[in-house]
Amino acid sequence: MKRNLPLFFAFFCGLLVIVSEFIPHRPFSLMIDTLQEWFMIISGFAIILGQISLFQSNINKIKQKDSGWMFYLAGLISFILMLIVGMFWGTQETGGLFGHGAALQAKLGMKPFDYLFEFAYMPLSSTMFSLLAFFIASAAYRAFIIRSFESNLLMLTAVIVILGRTSFGSMLTGWLPQGLRFWHLPNLSDFIMEYPNSAAQRAIMISAALGIIGSSLRIILGIERSYLGSDK
Amino acid sequence: MKGLLLTTLLFLIVLACYASPGTLNVQDVPWDEGKALNITWQTPADSIILQRADSLGVWQTIFSGPALPAAYSDRDLIPNQSYSYQLIAIGSADTDTLIVRASAKPREQWFYMHKLSFLIILVIVSLAILIYIQRARMGKEFYIRRISGLDSMEEAVGRATEKGKPILFVPGIGDLDDIQTIASLTILSQLAQRSAEYDTELIVPCRFSMVLSAAREVVKEAYLKVGKPDSYKEERIFYLTDDQFGYVAGIDGIMVREQPAANFFLGSFYAESLILAETGFSTGAIQTSGTAQASQLPFFVVSCDYTLIGEELFAASAYLSRDPQQLGSLKGHDFGKLLTIILILAGVITEIVGWHWFKAFFEGVQ
Repeated sequence: MKRNLPLFFAFFCGLLVIVSEFIPHRPFSLMIDTLQEWFMIISGFAIILGQISLFQSNINKIKQKDSGWMFYLAGLISFILMLIVGMFWGTQETGGLFGHGAALQAKLGMKPFDYLFEFAYMPLSSTMFSLLAFFIASAAYRAFIIRSFESNLLMLTAVIVILGRTSFGSMLTGWLPQGLRFWHLPNLSDFIMEYPNSAAQRAIMISAALGIIGSSLRIILGIERSYLGSDK
Repeated sequence: MKGLLLTTLLFLIVLACYASPGTLNVQDVPWDEGKALNITWQTPADSIILQRADSLGVWQTIFSGPALPAAYSDRDLIPNQSYSYQLIAIGSADTDTLIVRASAKPREQWFYMHKLSFLIILVIVSLAILIYIQRARMGKEFYIRRISGLDSMEEAVGRATEKGKPILFVPGIGDLDDIQTIASLTILSQLAQRSAEYDTELIVPCRFSMVLSAAREVVKEAYLKVGKPDSYKEERIFYLTDDQFGYVAGIDGIMVREQPAANFFLGSFYAESLILAETGFSTGAIQTSGTAQASQLPFFVVSCDYTLIGEELFAASAYLSRDPQQLGSLKGHDFGKLLTIILILAGVITEIVGWHWFKAFFEGVQ
């Protein structure tokens, strides 16, 4: 029963979603939205589970003085601080337990939660994202080292695309006559992106879509059960 | 007499044409969920105002602008409810303003006709998968090509065991409603069994609470299956944060501090893919990645030792479990690929020949 009930739900809901994808009439047209709403409700309850896990794992690491325990402490303090200011004075238009905190708003220019979000969270998030630029450079360096025919080809293509997207590339081949406009770097770059690149991406997407159909069928029919914890 | 009648008729026709300088036509959008009406009009005026009567009968403007292209689609309506429209054709200074009215009812249909081609393909591919599964049940053995990214799992676990370091498994940044996350969890099940066999520590940081509870269940069952329930450490499968870059920062911290010997990035990934893979590369870990996000694959290919491309991620569970039924379903995928190739070739040929209906049918044009 413990195993059969989830399998039955997976079969029933999976079939329902497939059917409602093709039938616009009620009640089928409303079912996907309803199931998504149910998922959101269950997710909402599961958040508590996440917070408990967050507290437990961080407190354990702080207690055991694991390497970098101060980072876990900083994480916990940040969590509690945001929770308190959010609960006390609310966020944006929503008030908290102590109203909107007019005095604090006058001092900070906005609510304490929004202030921390704007001036602590956002810069930190942007910093992480900006690391991507440096990682792209290091990854590109490794990818373009000439080792084989394929890496030669990759480097050549990358150089054309990079130059084609800059004004320097446009200047380099700007003198070409009308009959040779295809070899103008921006045009060549557009060609590579539009045809070979799109073709490869679509091939991956089509095969992934087939994989999704197969995976979904295995789950709906109960052949694939390891996501439930056991395949028995 | 005949001449008089003919002249009168001609006069009436000319008068009718002159007297009806505006028409309004409202029609239900076919094969839809009954939430839209197509409105078309004919008027010599340069600009028009289109209004719809609300529940109190008050006219509310829904469109105001040039008369061309004489069509408007009114959406987000309530099915099977009658809607009245009036068109105000604004003439030039020396002509009158005309008002014409019409009403219609949007009706729910029982089939999205533009999805017929999808349905046909889905039925054919699903049937093929089911047939191959049935054949596998009857004992037929299928050849499945080697997937080096999955063969490397033993190598990665072995290396982590030799070095006495943990294995890091990242199930992507998608929630449990993402099929890539489900595929990732099925691989986690196999990986957890191997790590349990070798007594190697497994770290699974999760972005969503739903994924956390599913991952815990999967790993716990895997440890039970190999008879080592005591080795299971629940605290090593934990929630980090819902925030995308906060999650990346947390995983980067784990990789730098704990120096896992093997990293697995399997599931749905977006902008964070390269940050994760490059940090893992810098720690010297053996890395296996897999995603169906085509735009993130180049980053993984560059930074990881093995990459599962697109469908390989979904085939992983069947490949690793060696369950004949699941392997049979992989043959169904291959049939789907063959069908796609045939359809592409047929599409190219029909477009060259000039039979555009074939492409239009598969594009879902009504």
